[in-house]
Amino acid sequence: MKLNTLTAVLLAVGVLSTSAQAQSSRDTIQIAGSSTVLPFSSVVAEEFGNNFAQFRTPVVGSGGSSGGLRQFCQGVGANTIDIANSSRKIRPNEVEACKANGVKDIIEVKIGYDGIVFASRTDAAVFKLEPLHVFLAQAAQVPQNGHMVTNPYTRWNQIDKSLPDQEILLAIPGSNHGTREVYEEKAVIPGCKSLAEVKAMDKDAAHKFCTAMRTDGKVVEIAGDYTETLARLQAQKDAIGVFGLSFYEANRDRIKVATMSGVEPNQDTIISGEYPVSRPLFIYVKGAHIGVIPGLQEYAQFHVSDTMSGFGSVLESAGLIPLADDERAEIQQAIASKKSL
Amino acid sequence: MTIIAENPIKAVAPPSQVQQKVIASLQKRHRKERLFRSLGLSAVLISLALVAVLFVNIFAKGMPAFWQSAITLDIYFDPKIIKVEEKPVQQAGESDNDFRQRDLAWQTQLGFINFNRLITDSLQQILPDASKHRRDLARVVTSGERFALRDMVVADPSIIGQTRTLHLLTDANIDVWLKGNIDRSLPDEQQQLSPKMREWVDKLAADGVITSRFSLALFMNPDSRSSLASAGLAGAFMGSFYMMLVVILLAVPMGVAAAIYLEEFAPRNRITDLVEVNINNLAAVPSIVFGLLGASVLIGWFNLPMSAPIVGGLVLSLMTLPTVIIATRSTLKAIPPSIRQAALGLGASKMQAIFHHVLPLAIPGILTGAILGVAQALGETAPLLLIGMKSFVASVPASPFEQATALPVQIYLWQGNELRNFFEARTSAAIIVLLMMMLSLNGLAIWLRKKYEKRW
Repeated sequence: MKLNTLTAVLLAVGVLSTSAQAQSSRDTIQIAGSSTVLPFSSVVAEEFGNNFAQFRTPVVGSGGSSGGLRQFCQGVGANTIDIANSSRKIRPNEVEACKANGVKDIIEVKIGYDGIVFASRTDAAVFKLEPLHVFLAQAAQVPQNGHMVTNPYTRWNQIDKSLPDQEILLAIPGSNHGTREVYEEKAVIPGCKSLAEVKAMDKDAAHKFCTAMRTDGKVVEIAGDYTETLARLQAQKDAIGVFGLSFYEANRDRIKVATMSGVEPNQDTIISGEYPVSRPLFIYVKGAHIGVIPGLQEYAQFHVSDTMSGFGSVLESAGLIPLADDERAEIQQAIASKKSL
Repeated sequence: MTIIAENPIKAVAPPSQVQQKVIASLQKRHRKERLFRSLGLSAVLISLALVAVLFVNIFAKGMPAFWQSAITLDIYFDPKIIKVEEKPVQQAGESDNDFRQRDLAWQTQLGFINFNRLITDSLQQILPDASKHRRDLARVVTSGERFALRDMVVADPSIIGQTRTLHLLTDANIDVWLKGNIDRSLPDEQQQLSPKMREWVDKLAADGVITSRFSLALFMNPDSRSSLASAGLAGAFMGSFYMMLVVILLAVPMGVAAAIYLEEFAPRNRITDLVEVNINNLAAVPSIVFGLLGASVLIGWFNLPMSAPIVGGLVLSLMTLPTVIIATRSTLKAIPPSIRQAALGLGASKMQAIFHHVLPLAIPGILTGAILGVAQALGETAPLLLIGMKSFVASVPASPFEQATALPVQIYLWQGNELRNFFEARTSAAIIVLLMMMLSLNGLAIWLRKKYEKRW
């Protein structure tokens, strides 16, 4: 009996390891990363599977831009992902990390733009925000009478008379999200730098001062996706959440957006650049996997094809803001020639 | 007591001081008992009420999702739109590979055909002012249905030139509108559907063209994001199925074998004691730890594929193993020693005694333990998140090595979908399906126990 159990266990292990070897080549594209890009990538993956009978439907995971890029840079091989979705540009230190692990060919594909909106419940007050308001609401320290003091603001109308008399409660994306970086770069930092006191600082000190966040519970970091932010708004009437434009558009009956510098966020104002808080979205393709994982290059090309992400395309109706036609042509060219970073 | 024994006559006399004390203490003790009873009863009632609230809430939200708006259309498979060569047939002497290539080429041709035209052409027949609102017209039927039409042509090309009456799923937002999941009184800018679309939908629903039909899509389709209305549980169901298969094939035999060895054969010494303690500890390890193990060992070292049910199954097997071992051992312990002794006394070997006499009596208990272990594994989510099973997978896996999600993970994914109005109900429907599966597994365990259980 003792022997039988042992042989059974050994057999099981044997079967597993042989199947593991059989599985070391993979025929399904694996994607992971930004939860902002995920809905778009999923749509493309599904259409790709439906339109190309010879390829399998790619699998799209989440984990945030940083999480996706970290997985992407783990190395080359069937048990690493092929594409990282990112709602921000890859950072130089990430490229270094990639190279250190043997991921040398990284093809950057810009797929379109997305706006970031500040939204509150439909039954809450109307907000007309400026970048400076956002900074003053979330900063650890603010200048007052020439001194830096701990952020004293608890209500919006203390920041600016034009804002509603409502408690400050800001739900912002956690640092694992690419959205966070854009939120800081396009709203917080410009607002901060408009202060005379900050202009006087040197560059590093200014950056440190601008991104320091208050820790008294008025600002909440949301590590999950936008539904978690929405749940926060539903629980607390006063909360203002940071969302992607496409998420807001799917839930217009529940939330309303604040204007930024007097501009209402929508497709047109983002394309024209009038609405300031917008960012490009990227997918990063592992060059070494092209030709190994079937359909990888075709998927990337399909992603930026006219039918998928041009004007009037599937992704546009899903909320993506398309690239201009000539920019898209350039990117298609880059994929075809496997132009690496 | 000693006082009473010393003065037996006093007990008959009117209540003495001692008796009064006893009576008072008795009342006090009875009061305490009543309090304890009512506390216990209210605890039971409160927990029942909470379960009832949960169930009523989930069922109230989820049941409507089992029915979904579908539009009845006469689709004419217009040969002018579907311009393809004849479907290739394998010729005599043609190799399988060549035929596959030709078949793929034919299917690629089909990919260029705009099957949406068939739908919009048919809609134009019933909507007089359709030509002015082409954008809306293209959005009445959910986008995934065009592939259903294509698949009909692939399955039977002779359909080209014929008209078929089909029930096609409408767009998710139309379903939301008709079910009243969005406030109808909201102004235009907060609505998902254009005013024209709302007018059409209400008219079509009143005419009986759009009806609420049982949603086969929920059970037959894999998850979808490009065509939200056709998102279903088939992929997640098969993923869970394969994982449970791995668990049943691996954890149950290994667990039972280990339990028999430990209970019947292993010598009692420090090593077996240590093993025993560790098995009990293993049962208490939080499930997410097994997920970390799976991610680093199974995917990192053994190079097993990410997001695959085989990895999920292995991880869940590890988690289920202690449950099975503990259940089996306690069943074996409960079998009277007289059975073993009788068998040994009649000259059976130890192995014969166990396999011919003890094990058959233990099977109902072992099965119950195994089923409960599998049911627990079926509902487990945390370890699966770490091995990449929370990915979006738009196909039904054909083997345990193909990428898949699992039912509880699908609930998590739908909970995160951005079209809240539609997916709140869908999520609850998925919960109902999972709950029903768990309840039926538990029911099976109870039934097996009742049917085969022997009492001594």
